[in-house]
This record gives sequence, structure tokens and C-alpha cells, in this order.
Amino acid sequence: MGFLVIFIQKVIGQGIGILYGALGEILTEKSGNLNLGIPGMMYMGGIAGLIGAFLYENNTAQPNGLVGVIISFLCAFLCAALGGLIYSILTITLRANQNVTGLALTTFGVGFGNFFGGSLSKLAGGVGQISVAVTGAAFKTPVPGLSKLGVIGQAFFSYGFLTYLAIILAILLSFFLNKTRKGLNLRAVGESPSTADAAGIHVTAYRYLATCIGGGLSGLGGLYFVMEYSGGTWTNNGFGDRGWLAIALVIFALWKPVNAIWGSLLFGGLYILYLYIPGLSRSTQEIFKALPYVVTIVVLIITSLRKEREHQPPASLGRAYFREER
Amino acid sequence: MNENNAIELKNITKRFGQVVANDKVCLSLKKGEILSILGENGSGKTTLMNMISGIYYPDEGQILIHGKEVTIRSPKDSFDLGIGMIHQHFKLVDVLTAAENIILGLPGKEILDRKAVNDKINELTGKYGFDLDPDQKIYRMSVSQKQTVEIVKMLYRGVDILILDEPTAVLTPQEADRLFAVLRNMKKAGHSIIIITHKLNEVLSLSDRVAVLRKGQYIGTIETKDATEESLTEMMVGKKVSLNIERPDPVNPKERLNVKGLTCISREGVKTLSNASFTANSGEILGIAGVAGSGQRELLEAIAGLVPSAEGSISYYPPEGGEKELTSMTAAEIARIGVRLSFVPEDRLGMGLVGAMDMTDNMMLRSYRKGRPFFADRKAPKGLAERLIAELEIATPGTSVPVRKLSGGNVQKVLVGREISLAPAVMLVAYPVRGLDIHSSYTIYHLLNEQKKQGTAVVCVGEDLDVLMELCDRILVMCGGEISGIVDGRTATKEEIGKLMMKTGGTQG
Repeated sequence: MGFLVIFIQKVIGQGIGILYGALGEILTEKSGNLNLGIPGMMYMGGIAGLIGAFLYENNTAQPNGLVGVIISFLCAFLCAALGGLIYSILTITLRANQNVTGLALTTFGVGFGNFFGGSLSKLAGGVGQISVAVTGAAFKTPVPGLSKLGVIGQAFFSYGFLTYLAIILAILLSFFLNKTRKGLNLRAVGESPSTADAAGIHVTAYRYLATCIGGGLSGLGGLYFVMEYSGGTWTNNGFGDRGWLAIALVIFALWKPVNAIWGSLLFGGLYILYLYIPGLSRSTQEIFKALPYVVTIVVLIITSLRKEREHQPPASLGRAYFREER
Repeated sequence: MNENNAIELKNITKRFGQVVANDKVCLSLKKGEILSILGENGSGKTTLMNMISGIYYPDEGQILIHGKEVTIRSPKDSFDLGIGMIHQHFKLVDVLTAAENIILGLPGKEILDRKAVNDKINELTGKYGFDLDPDQKIYRMSVSQKQTVEIVKMLYRGVDILILDEPTAVLTPQEADRLFAVLRNMKKAGHSIIIITHKLNEVLSLSDRVAVLRKGQYIGTIETKDATEESLTEMMVGKKVSLNIERPDPVNPKERLNVKGLTCISREGVKTLSNASFTANSGEILGIAGVAGSGQRELLEAIAGLVPSAEGSISYYPPEGGEKELTSMTAAEIARIGVRLSFVPEDRLGMGLVGAMDMTDNMMLRSYRKGRPFFADRKAPKGLAERLIAELEIATPGTSVPVRKLSGGNVQKVLVGREISLAPAVMLVAYPVRGLDIHSSYTIYHLLNEQKKQGTAVVCVGEDLDVLMELCDRILVMCGGEISGIVDGRTATKEEIGKLMMKTGGTQG
């Protein structure tokens, strides 16, 4: 039983960060923007949240956990949203190529994270010395009461609020896309911007907002990794390739936020499967770590074969919209 | 100013560069009537309507809606005035349902009340006699269902003036009848309707009045009850204009291409070309006339090996004798068996040339198979490009400038020049002078005549009857995917060809 509980905890620990990234990317892609900068923006969110908490705790005699959480949450969201804004200006206003811009942003974001991570370590007095104990603890506060419920409590209620927020956000995003007028308009923008434009929808505004908010959401994935998964420390490149897993998860989830919830758990499970297979060498571990990508490719093949329109990416994904072409 | 007019246009003029698309057009739509706007392709019907629906802005003239002068700068302005236009290409989002498309972009309660929306749609469809399931996804619909969604979308938004651009072009006759029934119901309910068309039978059966345009000029409006197919055809095609294009007599014409019963079926399952039979002779220009979309494109592309044919045969008789069967061959196979077939498509920078590449590279598209294996020969194509620039007076800074930077006339010279350089035995050209100025047009006529003199069988699809009648030895007329007749270019009258285009007279010849 204990073994299973630990497995579940690890799976969720891996999955939630990816889920945030995937939700941000789903929102972005629904507007027709293929933002491959998500992996970089998750780094940006993570380091910004850490810097915010660090500066707050270092400059306050009696740091308050809640204030620390709010500061780092806002810093992470806004910094990653800034990445989304850079992407939007380049691709929507200046009509730069979306793939090139996204990949550049990922390179930039990873460098941004590592650079400021290094600076922060120096400020703190050396590698591994960054301490945001109060904020970190606040992020890790489990659900009061429920987490004490024995095995169930440990398996499902022993996580900080970011875990539950991710699941709530996925459900809210699904509701927004399918049940509200603005969600309908956004889907139309991503499918056929000229149609949306003719219907009086402000295509540019929708694309900017979706990309920036989507960027902010993905930044929370970085924050989750830094605060809850790593307990408030920074290691260069510590986040690894989880950002790319998030983008793979978008495809795997067929652009549906609710699918992304269980998809993130599956990906998380596959990602740590190697820990549970005895007798693996370092190199064979990597094969197991690649499993989520293999699953994504299989899903891609199956959906391409079935050709169902509901399971395809937004039709105008990756394309800039020129009004003059109407 | 007339209060009874839903729309009144006064002296509307619109130019695109040097081309005058609409020249001082005056037109009125009465409240509660169906007005047909009739004209050939390129007569300016759609341009005129696009100015009412806010896609273009007129250079001169006034637009009055319900007696008030208005300025329409965007589709939204037009919409706010209660005008809705249904284009040939529908503006619908495929993965959304009919209802979602209908309410797209409308204000209202933030959380969608699908039931209320569906109820309102069902009320509208019941009132006018549409057949529509609000929850059906667009991509699962037939073309006629999609059109229904577009019309209901307009009604849902309270449009009272409806403009339809060739609404029946994509419909089966039964679907067209159903559409007309709905339009009559709408008229009864007080809506004013304009339908753009070039089908005479529709004009006569549906509309109250007909306005005719020809080459951007407004010819006149007549009551439908006073009109006949003959009088309308005459208004549409007009009298013959002399252009003084040279036409040498064919020298020793021999059968070069024999097409029998050629039939093409599009991916959507529509018959785009049915049972086409004709011959093309060496030393002769065979013109193809017809309103756009009558199957000309499919005919040329099927011969060139670009689209598969469902039935029929294509035989080629080389100048050196013998017979070769081209049926169901791809363009590459045709080239491999040594048939010198040139094709100048209507989409010059899409199918004919690569816009971003320079002249030399574009020449190589036809010659890359030559030269040593692996390494391409660039010298010969460069020489050809230089020769074309000199011989055809192509205005370009040099062979290394991307061809899309050239003007339309020069682009066409590059394309035609390349195709001629193959010394073709058969040359297929589609709309060779579309968008070209007079001088370039005559250069192209001259090039086609040169080919003819050298014994090439030239097949030329055109839209200007005056040009075809002076350039071509024989004219094949198409209508609705069928060949409605083949006439002699020297003796045929414009009325005769016009009737064949409209299928109002004549028999297979």
C-alpha cells in the first residue's frame, strides 16, 4: 500500500507541472498561435516566482507565508505572460514566423531562467543556498483535515494548493471554451480568423489575450516545479524537457483541457516508470523517459488515420492573419 | 431620392489600377423585390455588390440605403444597415455547429443558452421553409446545407436586404428550386433580395426585374415579364467590337489531339466535365469559350495530366506519325514518352511559375531532368532566360530577380516564353491575357500566332468573346461541364456563341 501511495504522489508531482504548461498551450493554440516558446516561458515563470519570494523573504524580518505565495504567484504569472506578449508582438503584429519565434523564445527563456538562477545563487551566497523556507512551506501546505485521512489522505490530499488549482483550471478552461460566448469566439478565431473577423470578432485582441494568459498559465507550471517539486531551490536546467512534454500533452489530449488532466498523470507515470523497472542502466533509463513522446506519436498516427475533424488542431494554427486577404 | 428603394446606387465607379471594374453604374433595388444582376464573368457584378457589402470602397458615386446616403467602409457597416451578402465561398467555421456559427460574434448572455438559440433558429427555419438541424456540424453538411446556414445567419441577425453571389453555382437543380422557394417566402415577408447570376432560366423564373452589366458598364434594367432569353443574351454579350488581331490561315492542318467522351468527377463527387469530345489540329488555334466554371479548367488539366479523368480517351498524333494514348497519364508520364505538351495555366504564379524563384530557376522547372546526374545544368536555362528577356522585351532588372516582382504582363511573357521554348506540338493556354494591358495582350496574341504558324496545335481558353472571335480558327463553347457546340471563328456571330454559352439554342456540333 505504501508503495502505491508513493507512486501516486510521484506521478502527481511529475504531472501537475506538465498540466499547467499544456493548459497554457491549449488556450494559446485555440487562438491559432502555435507557441513553441512554452518550455522557455515555464523557466521564466519558475525563476520569477523564486526571485519574488526570495527578495520578499530577505527583506522582511517576519515573512508571512501567504504574502510570499501571492508575490511569487503573481511574479511567475506575469513574467511568463510577458513571454507571451513578446511572442504576440512578434507573430501577430509583426507577423514573424510562429515556429521560429517560439523556438527562439524557448532558447531565450531557458537562458533567462539559468542566468537569473545563477545570479540569485550568488546573492544567496552560493549554489544551493537559495532559501525561501516560509514561502516554500506555504506552497507545500496540504489540504487541512483531509490529508490526515490515512492512505486516502496521503494519496490525494497531501499536496499544496497549486495541484488542485491546476485541475480546477482545466475544468474551468473546458467550460470557457465550450459553454461561453467568448470561448466560442476564441475557437472561431483559431479555426478561421477571416470568418471571425467578418462576424465582428476582434481577432487581434483575442489572439493577444489568449497567448498572454496562456503564457501566464504555463509559467505557473514552472512555479510549481520550483516551489512544490523542488521545495524552493533552483538548479540550472532542473526543469529538464518537461516543457516539451507539455506541448506533446496538448496533442495527446486532442486540445481538450479535461483530457489533459488524466493525460498529465499518464505522462507523469510514464516519465518515472524507469524508477520501478529493476536492472536498468543509465542509458536504458532514457528509453523509458521517451515513452510519453512515443505515446504522443501513436496518438497522432491514430487521429490522423481516423481523420475526425473534432480531433484535429485548430485549422489556422501556425498561420498569421492578414485582413487584406479577405 | 426614392423612399421605395431599399438600395439606390448613383454613378458608382471603381477602378483597380488601370482597369475600370465599374463605370458610373446606377442601379436600384425596390423594397420587397427580387432583382437579378446578370452579366458575364468580369462584367463587374461581384465588384459592385462588394461595394454594398463593405469589402471595397467606391472611387466615385453615392450609395443610398432606404433613401439615405450612407458610407460603407467595412462589412460591419453594411451589416448595421441591415445588408447581408452571401459569397460564393462561405464564411463558416467547419468544426462548429450550425447554431454556433449563426450566433458567432453576437452580443448576449456570456454563458450560452443553446436551447434558446436553437428555438429561435427553428422558428426562423419554420417561418421561411428551411430544412436545418442547428446542432449539425458544418463539416458534415452538404454545400446546400451550408448555404442554408449562411442565409439563416443573416436572418438571425435581422438582415432585411440580402445579396446572393451566384447562389446556384454549387447546387443541384432540386436544391436550387428549394432555395428559390425560400427566397420567394422571404420576399413575401418583406425582404429585398439581389441575386447575382449568369443563368437565364433562373433570372426568368425567380426575379421581378433584371439589371444587366457588361464589361463594367451598366446596360439597363428591365421587368422580367418583358424579357426573353434572346433579349437578355443580347444585352449581356452586346454587339461585336473589332480589335484587329491578326489571324493567319491554318497551313495544312492535321489532327494532333483527339479527345473522346472525356468525363471528370471532382473530389466532392460532382461531375465537372461530362462527355467532352473534340479534335485539336496542328497549325490551328482552337478557342474555348464559356462562363467561368463551365469545365474549361478541368478539360485542360485532364489533357495535361493534372487531374484524373473518370471516362473517355485522349489520343495524341505526333507530327512524325503514329498514335499515342495519353488517357490517365500524369504530366510526368506524358513528358517521359516524349510528347511535347505545353501548359500555360490560369494561375500563373501558383501553378505556372514559382514566384519567389528567379527566372533561371523557373526555366529549370522544365529542364531540370537534363544535365548530368545529381548536378543541375544552370547554364542553358540562364541562356534561355536571357534570350527570352531580349526577344519578348521582358522588363526585368535581370535573370536573378524573383519573378513575382515582375508586372503581370511580364510574368505571363516569362511563362509563355518558357512553354514555347519547348517547341510544343500541343500548347494549352488558359486565360492568357487576363489582367494584362493592351500592349502585352497583343504580344501574347502574336506569340500564339507564331506557334500556330510553326504547326503547333494551340488550345486557348478565353473569356473575352471579341478576342476569341478574332484570334481563333474554331471556337468550342462550353456550358455546365458539357461542350454545347463548336463553331467556326471566322463566320460565327456573337449572338450564336452567346446562346451556346447560355445553352439557349444550338445543338452539339
